[in-house]
Amino acid sequence: MLKGRHLIDPMDLTVEELESVFELADKIIENPGEYTEVCKGKLLSTCFYEPSTRTRLSFEAAMLRLGGQVLGFSSAENSSAAKGESVRDTMMTIASYADICAMRHPKEGAPKVAALNSTIPVINGGDGGHQHPTQTLADLLTIRALRGKLTDFTIGICGDLKFGRTVHSLIKALSRYENIKFVLISPEELKIPDYIREEILIKKGMGFQEIERLEDVMSELDILYMTRVQKERFFNEADYVRLKDSYILDKDKMSMAKQDMAVLHPLPRVNEISVEIDSDPRAAYFKQAKYGMFVRMALIMKLLGVEKC
Amino acid sequence: MLKVDSIERGIVIDHIAAGKSMKIYKYLNLDEADFTVAMIKNVVSKKLGKKDIIKIENVLDIDLNVLGFIDHNITINIIENDKIVTKLNLELPQEVSNVVKCNNPRCITSIEQEIDQRFRLVNKEEKLYRCIYCDQAYDPNKQDI
Repeated sequence: MLKGRHLIDPMDLTVEELESVFELADKIIENPGEYTEVCKGKLLSTCFYEPSTRTRLSFEAAMLRLGGQVLGFSSAENSSAAKGESVRDTMMTIASYADICAMRHPKEGAPKVAALNSTIPVINGGDGGHQHPTQTLADLLTIRALRGKLTDFTIGICGDLKFGRTVHSLIKALSRYENIKFVLISPEELKIPDYIREEILIKKGMGFQEIERLEDVMSELDILYMTRVQKERFFNEADYVRLKDSYILDKDKMSMAKQDMAVLHPLPRVNEISVEIDSDPRAAYFKQAKYGMFVRMALIMKLLGVEKC
Repeated sequence: MLKVDSIERGIVIDHIAAGKSMKIYKYLNLDEADFTVAMIKNVVSKKLGKKDIIKIENVLDIDLNVLGFIDHNITINIIENDKIVTKLNLELPQEVSNVVKCNNPRCITSIEQEIDQRFRLVNKEEKLYRCIYCDQAYDPNKQDI
């Protein structure tokens, strides 16, 4: 039973629970009209302490499509945080107004603090460079839809793996599926954090390699998960100049890839995927955004414990 | 030589690293105790060179779990009728609260001081603890307890 639970870390849900969310998402995708009133009378609070387009609107679209309503704030300046109110106090107040809460916060662990002080389900909508579990649900649902299963593939994850919260959540979640091989592509200073390498990949005996250049592994990948590398994350200009093109996906690199490789990206993209790739049938990132809304619809229904009428 | 009497009934916390007994006194909330407590510092020790000892009289129900996190060399003797009836082996507690602080500047605890500083055991063999909020590891080499 997921009713009343929180989703703070991707490991908060078992593989079976995740599958139940995906199965419900499948049903919603198939017959969206049957779900337009299931959350009638329910309120989702979106507490976003930092800017977001996709995640917040995706949550709001999800709740509105289920017949519920939304309230919230979209920056810390528009909330009592600007007056110095703690996450705990804000959450205790929100819990007396809404039925479920999605929270994004620039500080890591803030949604956890909210969940520890909440009587309503709290969903982590991204906390600093830490975790982003609902993006992971979107990623998994996309992979599952494209490949028919969540096992037996090689995934290349490229870009800022140190501060990329979507990457951390995805690796954690995928570590529970069979026969997944990770190829982690990043500059030296943006490699995955120790807690992901040691406590997930090594501890679970996952196959993985860490390399610097995307072009060296393109032909091996079944899925390529791109993320943005920001110039300011590099320690020195020379490394940035040397490596920047390695993290830009263009037609030349795509020509080295398998014909059925899927390109995913949590978005927003800046220049790490050339716009010319958008028309390539292997580009799945806009589908992924749509799956993100459907999976959030399923998640909201599960956490609220509402069923189709 | 300073002489502190043996206790008839109570707890003796022995082999505390010299100089650490005041911290243990604090973590066990012994400053709030209404029973007899003796803290002995810099006792000559064959094993450690110097050590601290804490003796607690007539009380046996103190939660000593945190000591396993602070220093696993510490030994605990339970005394009844002037004799050691139990030698407790310290285990690493599953979680410690407000013993060490998270040093991740991106952690929510860095800006909201009233949040309990909680660390959970993630690897028993390596005695590795992580912040429950942000997963930052507690590094005993960089952070003093």
